[in-house]
Amino acid sequence: MASDGPLEPQPVRARGLVKRYGELVAVDHVDLNVRSGDVYGFLGPNGAGKTTTLRMALGLITPTEGAVELFGRDPMRQGAGALEGVAGFVEAPRFYPYLSARKNLELLAALDGDDARERIPEVLETVELTPRARHKVGGYSHGMRQRLGIAAALLRRPRLLILDEPATGLDPAGMRDMRSLIRRLADGGMTVLLSSHQLPEVQELCDRVAIVDRGRVVYEGALSDLRRQGGSHYRLRTGDDQRALTLLRAQPGVSRATGASGGLEFQAQEQDVGEVSLALGRAGIAIFALTPQLATLEDLFFRLTEGAADGNAAAAPVNGSGVPAGAIADAGPFRGPGSGPGSGAGSGSGATGEDIP
Amino acid sequence: MSAAATGAGAVAAPARSRPRRPSTLTVYRWELRKLVSQKRTYLGLGLIVILPLFFVTFQDVHHHHDRGAQSIFAAQITQSGLATPVLMLTFLSVFMLPLVASLVAGDIVANEDGNGTLKTILTRSVDRGQVLAAKAMAAFTYGMLAVFLSAVVATVAGIASWGFHDVVSLSGTVVPAGEALALVFAANAIYLIPLAAVVSIGVLLSVVTRNSAAAVVATIGSVILLDIISGIPGLEGARPYLLTQQFEAWQGLLRTPTDWAPVTHSIWLCALYAVPSLVAAYLVFLRRDVAGG
Repeated sequence: MASDGPLEPQPVRARGLVKRYGELVAVDHVDLNVRSGDVYGFLGPNGAGKTTTLRMALGLITPTEGAVELFGRDPMRQGAGALEGVAGFVEAPRFYPYLSARKNLELLAALDGDDARERIPEVLETVELTPRARHKVGGYSHGMRQRLGIAAALLRRPRLLILDEPATGLDPAGMRDMRSLIRRLADGGMTVLLSSHQLPEVQELCDRVAIVDRGRVVYEGALSDLRRQGGSHYRLRTGDDQRALTLLRAQPGVSRATGASGGLEFQAQEQDVGEVSLALGRAGIAIFALTPQLATLEDLFFRLTEGAADGNAAAAPVNGSGVPAGAIADAGPFRGPGSGPGSGAGSGSGATGEDIP
Repeated sequence: MSAAATGAGAVAAPARSRPRRPSTLTVYRWELRKLVSQKRTYLGLGLIVILPLFFVTFQDVHHHHDRGAQSIFAAQITQSGLATPVLMLTFLSVFMLPLVASLVAGDIVANEDGNGTLKTILTRSVDRGQVLAAKAMAAFTYGMLAVFLSAVVATVAGIASWGFHDVVSLSGTVVPAGEALALVFAANAIYLIPLAAVVSIGVLLSVVTRNSAAAVVATIGSVILLDIISGIPGLEGARPYLLTQQFEAWQGLLRTPTDWAPVTHSIWLCALYAVPSLVAAYLVFLRRDVAGG
């Protein structure tokens, strides 16, 4: 991830984006900051407002409030000029079924101007559609259309690639190939805004994420920061778990100390964990293992989104460091026993457990 | 895709220079290519070709079988092949040509909206205004093609059956064959004026309804409605201002001397139908959400 220089406007900067359809608020005051070189994951359950936000970013629909800028240009004010250096697709890429892939790309290259037409063979090769380039798109499979969508985007030689669920509907091999391609494009210096509800995809590809739920951003920032927030969870095995649990519960800075199969679990900040180990030593309790349990993106995602569904985190503002003030903490298992229903669907970080009687 | 790792890097190389934007003419050319590539484009044109051929064939057969007792109508028609395109324009101008023009005009935006390709082209380097202008021009071009194709087929078929002879004008004077041929095509050109208004209405309805079938039906429906209104007793005063009345303006060219009054009236009146329709279509298209597909 590279930071923006003073002369380079952010690839995507959204402020207070709102889209209302009558009473329904599809997008609710969304702020986004995609920086140059980011592979930025835009995560959320179906219907969370991801596609609507991306449509606003590409100037396809008008925000009810707020604005979005692409490299400092507003698509609603500057029209196609604001899309210079930007390409991608929202929902499934669509083409003219009665034209061949090559003809579709020729059409789009004509609408791009410049020397886009000369790149057609290259982009077809990139997505491995050269052998089928003269076939009508009407006979293409879903995966081939997705790949053609990428090819159409690459024609524009974009600096920002906006992809909405690019792997949706692909078979496992197709997903792997799609991720591999996105990774390579990002490695080539392209900024990628990737909307997805496929957590492994985001976890594998993205360095920064925004998690959106019911139209609101419940987290925006580095994926590593998010995981670090979730990583204040520790597993402990000692020579005397009963005494160790009593000690943990009395220790300042330690919360949610519980018994779990084969040991104990608790939450604490790193400096407090040091105090725990010293206290255990002073109490003569042997430490067999003390390991941080890194939460997976899946854990965090469900805690944020399904916690918000309980009415806790939905109103949490995003703080300056990118971590929502109280969003994680209020969302359930990170603070207090009332974990959201989705926490159990995580990867088994052991966030919930059973007190030793 | 994995094999193309090296290619991806080359494609991804950032381009910082300001690209050359395409012209509206480029967009228009591609709109025509899209029309040419669709089978349904030929449906309307097929009708336009078949009807004159059917008419000429039927008249020819009738003429040979009933030579001794032909009607005044048949006698007029068979005097010269140049009467055939005039008669065909009279027949087709009221309903068939507006219908054929509506098939494309009503479909040209709504179809792309429904198929999701509108978002595809609106995320390239062309403005919405360019896209709409190109589509309106393409729809009008199609209407123009239908009119002249009909005229050419009718003229060729007519001349082949009944020869290239002088014709009698609507004022009863004899017009030499060469001049009559020029007048036939001039009359068809004049007919394009009200047809352009029909196309404009079709484009507006295509933008507003977002539904091809609804737009086509509403366009031709509005033509029928205006035709019905023109026939309602008591509304005679409104007739000169109805679009459907302008479908006959071309007949002014076939009088001696040429009657330009219906032609000039048609120009400004059709502009009153076409310009607001196109402006409304532009304003709606510029502001509308593209959420389909």
